[in-house]
Amino acid sequence: MLKRVHFPTSALPYLLVAPQIAITLVFFLWPASQAMYQSFLIEDAFGLGTEFVWFENFEVLATDPHYLASFQRTAVFSLLVAALSMGVALILAGFAQRVVRGAMFYRTMLIWPYAVAPVLAGALWVFMFNPTLGIFPYFLEFAGITWNHYLNGTQAMALVILAAAWKQVAYNFLFYLAAMQSIPNSVIEAAAIDGAGPARRFWTIIFPLISPTTFFLLVINMVYAFFETFGIIHAVTQGGPGTSTTILVYKVFNDGFVGLDLGGSAAQSVVLMVLVIAMTVVQFRFVERKVAY
Amino acid sequence: MADIQLKDLVKSYGPTEVLHHIEGDINDGEFIVIVGPSGCGKSTLLRMVAGLESVTSGEISIGGRRVNELEPSARDIAMVFQNYALYPHMSVRQNMAYGLKIRKLPKDEINRRVEEAAEILEIKQYLDRKPRQLSGGQRQRVAMGRAIVRDPQVFLFDEPLSNLDAKLRVQMRLEIRKLQQRLGVTSIYVTHDQVEAMTLGDRLMVLNGGYVEQFGTPIELYDRPASVFVAGFIGSPAMNFFPAELSGGQAALPGGGVLPVASAHSGTATLGLRPEHLMQDPAGPIAIEVELLEQLGANTLIHGRLPGTDLSITASVPGHANDGTGSIRRFSVAPELTHLFDPATGKRLED
Amino acid sequence: MVENRPLTAFLTHLVLILGVLAIALPVWITFVAATHDQLRMNQAPLPLWPGDHFLVNMKQTLFGSGLSGTETAPVWLMLLNSLAMALMISTGKIAISLLSAFAIVYFKFPFRMTFFWMIFITLMLPVEVRILPTFEVVANLGMLNSYWGLSVPLIASATATFMFRQVFLTVPDELLESARIDGAGPLRFFFDILLPLSRTNIAALFVILFIFGWNQYLWPLLITTDTSMTTIVMSIKQMLEAAEQSPQWNIIMTTALLAMIPPVFVVIAMQKLFVQGLTETDK
Repeated sequence: MLKRVHFPTSALPYLLVAPQIAITLVFFLWPASQAMYQSFLIEDAFGLGTEFVWFENFEVLATDPHYLASFQRTAVFSLLVAALSMGVALILAGFAQRVVRGAMFYRTMLIWPYAVAPVLAGALWVFMFNPTLGIFPYFLEFAGITWNHYLNGTQAMALVILAAAWKQVAYNFLFYLAAMQSIPNSVIEAAAIDGAGPARRFWTIIFPLISPTTFFLLVINMVYAFFETFGIIHAVTQGGPGTSTTILVYKVFNDGFVGLDLGGSAAQSVVLMVLVIAMTVVQFRFVERKVAY
Repeated sequence: MADIQLKDLVKSYGPTEVLHHIEGDINDGEFIVIVGPSGCGKSTLLRMVAGLESVTSGEISIGGRRVNELEPSARDIAMVFQNYALYPHMSVRQNMAYGLKIRKLPKDEINRRVEEAAEILEIKQYLDRKPRQLSGGQRQRVAMGRAIVRDPQVFLFDEPLSNLDAKLRVQMRLEIRKLQQRLGVTSIYVTHDQVEAMTLGDRLMVLNGGYVEQFGTPIELYDRPASVFVAGFIGSPAMNFFPAELSGGQAALPGGGVLPVASAHSGTATLGLRPEHLMQDPAGPIAIEVELLEQLGANTLIHGRLPGTDLSITASVPGHANDGTGSIRRFSVAPELTHLFDPATGKRLED
Repeated sequence: MVENRPLTAFLTHLVLILGVLAIALPVWITFVAATHDQLRMNQAPLPLWPGDHFLVNMKQTLFGSGLSGTETAPVWLMLLNSLAMALMISTGKIAISLLSAFAIVYFKFPFRMTFFWMIFITLMLPVEVRILPTFEVVANLGMLNSYWGLSVPLIASATATFMFRQVFLTVPDELLESARIDGAGPLRFFFDILLPLSRTNIAALFVILFIFGWNQYLWPLLITTDTSMTTIVMSIKQMLEAAEQSPQWNIIMTTALLAMIPPVFVVIAMQKLFVQGLTETDK
């Protein structure tokens, strides 16, 4: 935490931390405390006065079917994004770690989508699935499926999941590959001598050994799906049709900036904060445990 | 050049006192070795002299000037670290010149000093390499070079050889000694290796548990160890110790055997006998029941126990030996080569 | 690889090539769209092979008015805005994190742990959960529609501070002691020893933060109303909206391409640093 030897006390360390602390106070802690404070207020219909109502905003949320549905939707969305992107990444990494020649090439060709902004990922996919012009609806028509994510909620959800997972495969692939490459070769060779074929080795040796990485990625992917996919939703479906793709982050934005329900939006922010804190704690506990191995 | 005084020096971390009232006068140009087991406080003491650890109470002065409150850079010292502490991103030349540059010495003066030190240490051809391109021994030389160019009043060495392999260690030990004699700079050298301590130091300060056990020349420490700790620490193989009953200039060993000692004390005492002082003597008072032989070529170490007890004893005899396990050998010791200690305090009983 | 059977090797490469193609497909489609004229892009089925309008589209997108019939900034200005925002966010984060990590690791001073925890908490407050009040703060400070407003509220970073803290902790203590004996003060030690020693970490972090900064979406969307402050990533959404009236997919997809080229180029060109940065900041 601190060096055994350190510089003598002076004003210097305060000057050094000042910029970061100032920004943290002004743009992080103050707004967060404001969000907390506002979550206890209700503004009257004309915006003329506010009333302190304790937990009423939260009680409203807890009984609001729209909010609960959004919660459930977010959970489904996050789990599916995590499962899809991690599954694809796992398979690709499993094959990639067997490659000796061209490994670098494959890695390069698989990690670049990390750099694509979520909203761009959304734009790419919404173009491919454009109901009148898109490539995929054109081919799906032959299979007897009519694609229109502007009307069909399930299709809209599928599309945002695809776009979100597509972008995240790169990240998961990189971490899975690194985890697999850190398994000592002798372990794999010992399994081969014991007569295990490639597929069996993968499921009985490699997969269990990289389970810490799987857990770590699960948390990271959940955080990603919860918070960073705003751009995708905003570009692809705007939460629609109806509310079928309104995940929590989108709802905070929508209720606050579009619906101007300050108290309700603030209460939602606080709920999200609690969720981030919980996920961060889980992630840190995990890191600690891994260090202890 | 300077002498160093340590006066009633105490170091505490919170309520724990780790160095207890250290006293010591170091003369100008002297090579002092601080030796002791790990955790005895020897590095802390050295770092206090360097100014890297604060002084809790007492006084350190260098060249007659109190330095307690001075920054390390103001104490006119140079230090060689165990892991060399070379700046990895700088070349050898830059490493050696860094301190001089901060001191704003003129460029040609810096160059002259670096070249000169490189000449002495035979590292001229490596001046433009990075530390990672050098072997352990070469890095060691660079670390010393960095100390030399400063032309300080005092050299401080913190176990500088412990990262080298055995052969290189012996070689570098000799070089450090020669260099120090040539430059005549007062030096303090910390080590846990008693052979290194004996061969390098003009005087040795033996530290144990934060106390100075003894401060003297290597021969004084060997011939008249002030405590059981010093007696056991200095000399290899280590001294044998037995509880003995003293009376009338004689000591009675457990399990029988009475030998003359040069002491008029009486009562219980700890008797110390160096393995190399045990003389083979068929009529001698000390019997060893042989358990194991270690053949070293020039001599043989006989490990065994006093018959009828479980007290171990080691003797060193010249040449080869082939005693079987369980056989008995007898030895005698000259009275002036016996050491007697107070069993309660561990201090030497004066004659 | 333990076995060396041609069939397994073939299968391995086959799967990987299919993976690479599947991942690349959306960008291929985008690229193809950027190489046809508007007419062709309004006929189903859309082409799967590039046409010859790439340079024309590029020119119209970059220097023309972009989409016809909308009031937007020229795309080259958006690229410039994005570049400014990305550079300010990445260098700002690195600078303030280096300084605070240095203070926290190398100095013992009252409230040190308070500051540490304050920085730690920012980890738990992504912009998405404090949008409204942060917007109010920025509005009150008069920072709407400015580069400062775009970047400063995002540059406090616990992850970067932690990473540098980690890096500094692995720097041997003896280097500091040695520097002190050499007479170097805190700032001299920071600039002469610590910064050069951390330069690959700084570069790796820069790669990650540049991408992070370039790809910001929600925040710029909120605080820029002036079209001259639009970033390229934001503009895509506006174009998609406009596309519902008069689809000009060739222009939209050219813009999308332009928006993703800089960060993707950074990842590919600095792959080693990118991988290092990604693994260091998340652990």
